[in-house]
Amino acid sequence: MINYTDKAIIITGGGSGLGRAAALSIAKQGGKLVLVDMNKDGLEESKNEILAAAPEASVELVTANVTNEEEVKNYVQFTLDTFGKIDGFFNNAGIEGKQNPTEDYGSDEFEKVVNVNLNGVFYGMKHVLKVMKEQGFGSIVNTASVGGIRGVGNQSGYAASKHGVVGLTRNSGVEYGQFGISINAIAPGAIMTPMVEGSLRQIGGDNWEAVGTEFVSVNPMKRFGKPEEVGNLVTFLLSDAAKFINASVIPIDGGQSYKY
Amino acid sequence: MGKTAIITGGGSGLGQAAALRLAEEGINISVVDISEKGGNETVEQLKGKGVDAIFIKADVSKAEDVKNYVDKTLEHFGSIDYFFNNAGISGSGKYFLETDIQEIDQIVGINLMGALYGLRYVAEVMVKNGGGSIVNTASSAGVIGQDSVVTYAATKHGIVGITKSLVAEYAKDGLRVNAIAPGPTETPMVKTFFEANPEMKANAEAGIPQKRLGTPEEVAELVAFLLTSKAQYINGDTIRIDGGFTNTK
Repeated sequence: MINYTDKAIIITGGGSGLGRAAALSIAKQGGKLVLVDMNKDGLEESKNEILAAAPEASVELVTANVTNEEEVKNYVQFTLDTFGKIDGFFNNAGIEGKQNPTEDYGSDEFEKVVNVNLNGVFYGMKHVLKVMKEQGFGSIVNTASVGGIRGVGNQSGYAASKHGVVGLTRNSGVEYGQFGISINAIAPGAIMTPMVEGSLRQIGGDNWEAVGTEFVSVNPMKRFGKPEEVGNLVTFLLSDAAKFINASVIPIDGGQSYKY
Repeated sequence: MGKTAIITGGGSGLGQAAALRLAEEGINISVVDISEKGGNETVEQLKGKGVDAIFIKADVSKAEDVKNYVDKTLEHFGSIDYFFNNAGISGSGKYFLETDIQEIDQIVGINLMGALYGLRYVAEVMVKNGGGSIVNTASSAGVIGQDSVVTYAATKHGIVGITKSLVAEYAKDGLRVNAIAPGPTETPMVKTFFEANPEMKANAEAGIPQKRLGTPEEVAELVAFLLTSKAQYINGDTIRIDGGFTNTK
């Protein structure tokens, strides 16, 4: 059974989308949260939403840029100072990047996307795993993507970084399983988050909703996923109920990945 | 109205653990097994948890037995909301050229034909009623190659293929189909075996990044999550629950 009583959970990208949805779900189960995001207003909104749904929830906010290792160290230390341990880590902060074919993708854009999505995830794992190893317990969920398993097109930086997240997950899962730690990745497909809306706007402009409808017409379930659904998956994976699931990559994509 | 699950292989191991876990959610259960003793034992435990449960004896390799457990479930409970398509055997563990044709037929009959028959009849009911959720039992041997289990691996890889392809056809009709790929798990049967062969247990554990075996209760948690959670966008997946075992290959 899922039980978050007295569990301390860090969520990066906690100011919107999947991070906020997971935070809400875990708070409702009694978990204590440290939400990390660059966007202070987003963090405040997440906190308000959580407290409206779970007035007793314990929610701390840390504004940080995950590409800066010092700031990563800081949110880890803050969690230890506040809750004394880290039971779970949703290593989720990410950006989608500008969409272009490889030759026009732009080296600066590539570096920027990889910096957030891959370096930021690595820094988080590095500092959180040190703590979890010493504790002898802990669970990590990294956010990969359908774009981390197959080629989507027009997203060199996103594809490279999300494939990289899958690699980090499998590699560290082998290393840290023996210390009572589980490390997995989720591979969300078309989940309707602000980030996916941003991608659709890049393609369709004001016509983005029609582009979205067209986009999911080929999905087996013929719909977008809901952030709450991903929140439920993360809540399960970070709980003690899922401890023997390790080094796995779990698609949540309406069945889209049946083709691969 | 209460929800209903069918669990094949419900008289022991993963099936029994999943039955007991689903009962915590108030789900009524048809326990299907070839063993009357095991099946009835599960039913008694389920009733002790306050849910309605019936035992239906079946050899899942026989299509008429499969049709019968579906009909009997509908007769008694009126619906099928969840299906844990789990009955299976592992075989003798001999190398392929030392197995006789009879053993090959038997493993394929139970693990692959049995699963297909179950899906054929259960999915038909679910699609007609607007949907339902299914979990098929694959195995680590359904996602990697292993010696001593050639026929078993064929059937479990088959389960993965069935899971993906059914989604391609019926997800639009509300059908959810996922598979689990358990690694070495300490079911009562395995536990007894390892108690008699402690060095083999040590070997098995050494090959798993988490340095331990899984428990039936852990697998049951995953089954319950996949069948009943609100994360319905998980569809067509095969989820490995093996401490990282299949990732070290």
